Amino acid sequence: MPILNKAIVFDKENFGDGLKKALQMTPDDILLTVKNSILKGRGGAGFPAGVKWLAAASTPSDKKYVVCNADEGEPGTFKDRVLLTEFTEQVYNGMIICGYSIGAQYGFVYLRGEYSYMREQMEKTLESMRNSNRLGKNILGSGFDFDIEIRLGSGAYVCGEESALIESLEGLRGEPRNRPPYPVDRGYLGYPTVVNNVETLATVPIIINKGVEWFTSIGTEKSKGTKVISVSGDVEFPGVYEIPYGITISEVLDMVGAKDVKAVQVGGASGVCIPEEDLTRNISFEDVPTGGSIIVFNHSRDMLKILKNFMEFFTEESCGQCTPCRIGNKKLLDGINLIEEGKCSVQYLRELISLGETMQIASKCGLGQSSPNSFITIMTHFGDEILAKY
Amino acid sequence: MIDNAFNNKTSNSQQTSYNYGQVSENNDQKVDIEIDGRKYNVPYGISILEACRKQNINIPTLCFHPDLCITGSCRMCLVEIEGMRTLQASCSYSITQPIKIHTTSEKVRKARRTILDLMISDHYGECYTCERNGNCQLQKLAKEYGVDYYRFGHVEEPFYEIDNSSYAIVRDMNKCILCRRCVRTCMDLQAVGVLGAVNRGYDTKIATFLDKPLEEVICINCGQCINRCPTGALKEKDSSDEVWQAIDNPKKHVVIQTAPSPRAAIGEEFGLPPGNSLTGELNTALKMMGFDRVFDTNFTADLTIMEEGTELLLRLKSALVDKNPNVKLPQLTSCSPGWIKFIEYFYPDYVDHLSTAKSPQQMFGAVIKTFYAQEANIDPKDIVSVSLMPCTAKKYECNRPEMDSSGLKDVDFALTTRELAQMIKEAGIYLPGLQKSTFDEPFGEASGAGLIFGATGGVMEAALRTAYELVTGRPVPFENLDITPCRGMEGVRQASVHLENVKPEWSFLEGVDLNFMIAHGTANAKKVMEALKRGELSNIHFIEIMACPGGCIGGGGEPIPTSLEIRQKRAEAIYKEDEGLPIRKSHENPHVKYIYEKFLTEGPCGHLSHKLLHTSYVKRGSYIV
Repeated sequence: MPILNKAIVFDKENFGDGLKKALQMTPDDILLTVKNSILKGRGGAGFPAGVKWLAAASTPSDKKYVVCNADEGEPGTFKDRVLLTEFTEQVYNGMIICGYSIGAQYGFVYLRGEYSYMREQMEKTLESMRNSNRLGKNILGSGFDFDIEIRLGSGAYVCGEESALIESLEGLRGEPRNRPPYPVDRGYLGYPTVVNNVETLATVPIIINKGVEWFTSIGTEKSKGTKVISVSGDVEFPGVYEIPYGITISEVLDMVGAKDVKAVQVGGASGVCIPEEDLTRNISFEDVPTGGSIIVFNHSRDMLKILKNFMEFFTEESCGQCTPCRIGNKKLLDGINLIEEGKCSVQYLRELISLGETMQIASKCGLGQSSPNSFITIMTHFGDEILAKY
Repeated sequence: MIDNAFNNKTSNSQQTSYNYGQVSENNDQKVDIEIDGRKYNVPYGISILEACRKQNINIPTLCFHPDLCITGSCRMCLVEIEGMRTLQASCSYSITQPIKIHTTSEKVRKARRTILDLMISDHYGECYTCERNGNCQLQKLAKEYGVDYYRFGHVEEPFYEIDNSSYAIVRDMNKCILCRRCVRTCMDLQAVGVLGAVNRGYDTKIATFLDKPLEEVICINCGQCINRCPTGALKEKDSSDEVWQAIDNPKKHVVIQTAPSPRAAIGEEFGLPPGNSLTGELNTALKMMGFDRVFDTNFTADLTIMEEGTELLLRLKSALVDKNPNVKLPQLTSCSPGWIKFIEYFYPDYVDHLSTAKSPQQMFGAVIKTFYAQEANIDPKDIVSVSLMPCTAKKYECNRPEMDSSGLKDVDFALTTRELAQMIKEAGIYLPGLQKSTFDEPFGEASGAGLIFGATGGVMEAALRTAYELVTGRPVPFENLDITPCRGMEGVRQASVHLENVKPEWSFLEGVDLNFMIAHGTANAKKVMEALKRGELSNIHFIEIMACPGGCIGGGGEPIPTSLEIRQKRAEAIYKEDEGLPIRKSHENPHVKYIYEKFLTEGPCGHLSHKLLHTSYVKRGSYIV
């Protein structure tokens, strides 16, 4: 399945030979290029890739690692699947370039367990790259060695969190670590490790090829470039699209043929629910960020049922390590059940929203910090409707 | 002479992630910080928690334990750092730059209270019926935070079955708050790894392999998990009812032997600070409670030295004189039942290195139901033999099938320090306020050598005091008999004693350096055993290993809490008691001499000794069937 609209960054005409060009540059020049491009992490958190790479590059160590986070698990997100299928080599090139710039010689693709069917094709690409000297020893005569290994996840959502991913890579139970120290200081097996999303890595060789100026001319002041999104729900043309940052949600809805829209869940289950009246808000790090998931709901949808679905997901997918996330999500879910039974007082609902706010600042990792988002936003925007109905 | 290669703090390589939270502290470099508006200058890398505690700023913790690495999972210790969106766990946050910390802001208080409310909502248990009533960290926090209702509900029915299968440890997961201190204790501190987190999200629980009963997995019964559990989710298998029943039965002659470590720690159960031995008071209390005789386990500790020391000298002779290639050296001590099970599980091919001497508890059991029964003219069937031990593994040990050399079960019940303290309280006795009294005959007196068995290195020190003197005819060349290289809390210690001008019968030891090692905590035992496996310890003659950190004074049956500082205080109490005793060498104990004259007439390692005082081991291997 290709990108459905006219691609902007991920247009094959932009690709050139980013890898070759990068290997002719010095590592420092690449770091500077990535930093100046203000490329922010596409997985959802939006941490500047250049800052991450610089940190890893400046940590002295005899071994370093690059990890491509392909554990695409956010409900409603399937854009990495498209990138990994359509632009496999671009993803790998991004990893090699990262390795070259930070001084790593080995990379892992941490592939979502459910994507195991893609592995064979992805291995073939690796093999053909090795055969054409674009991977392995002395890549393209540059003297730089780098190889890539594909590792499969086992179905835990939390392993998309970078430190839990690293635990999983090490063969341990997938649970987030304390941060700091960040993986760029101590990551896989204690070595400096850069973990980047598929899309982030795939963008890098294109930036190298087309230049920082071209890239930063797209998007908004603080959100440069484009976002590949996956749109699902009550729309005529669900699928993967590439949009420039700054585009409004309504514009996206027009593009995908959405009608009678009641709300849009941006950023998946851990994202926020945007009601009809706020659809003029735009997709960007400044306004409404997303890791890729856009789920559209029309007026026939029951917001409480949607919320319940999300909270059931988090109750199960919390790693179970920290208290706010492990028990907090369950309490939010229990609260939804109470509402359904007509037994939740307004007072208790307030307690639950307050609980959600605590979870946002008290949980150990991004999972527990973002899992109450949908509860809080749906209750804020649709609380009256829900309480009136149940 | 200490080998630094062994002295890394216990940590298992598989669990590297647990240690990542901490940057190593560098005391030369200082950082200016602000806590609650006050300025401080703290060492680079110190955790916020430690920096605060040094300033007497109290921060509540649950998953934090000073003996264990950091997980930052309970989130009770959250603090606010200016400029950061989220609150940070103070236990895991190392200070490396100037920051402004708030420990009492609204956000912090609200978050801590919410987390506590959540934990309580998920904790089943009535405080009345809980062993940890009054000594529970969750209960204490609930009081501190003024919890007066169940804000997020309350578990009304138990969800998990209580695991009673083990002789030593009872697991009640209904009370578990998933702090994972037991997991880290078992994996990192003890290198056993019985427990781990299974399932995900709200269904997460602490479980054994395949959720098997504790009795069926490779648990060494050390009970260190109990000592570090903040709630009542882990406790010892209680034997106090059976002991009361025996006391109340006029037909039974109930004797109790008390080990030195419980005596050095039991005061803590009565509110005394650590480091006060209540040996004499305890003798009085036990008599008041109705025990017929009170004996000192140190007597059989002395006997252990005679047997184990003789065994070592025999092995050395066999190796050095007879050039016997099959003799197993180094000899390993066998007093610690947790360690015995550890080696049986993980190093089954090395059990022949163990001394065959039983532990002091089991020696006494065998002696009481044979020699004592004979001397006192009591039918051994009517004797109920109880022991007071710092140890949960002793409960397992006394139930080992081979521990019946008297023809009966040698020791009927092993009580922990905590259990006996509870019985004393039940009897209405305030222990620290009692008059002192002495132990009963015919084992009335024991040496200081037996006493110091309680601290790591004590067995080695006691053995050296006797062996050196037997071989050379002179006391050990250390001031006041204090063999200081044996002492301390380093995980693995190594030292040697040079033997010269030996007695003619020991001429084969002339000029020999007796090399010995000491390890405590089975993670350290593992390091020693791995070195032995690699063939690096061929010059070592004798190794003392205790399963618990600190030795018996850190045993799994000792009062809760435990920490390095507390264990050091208990050890000091024991060494102080030793200093004041008239007899400080096992072989000089007149009662030991008496039993070899009257009963074990063939001497140490003789035929009857072998029958009563020695045992055999099982090559278990670490497979779970």
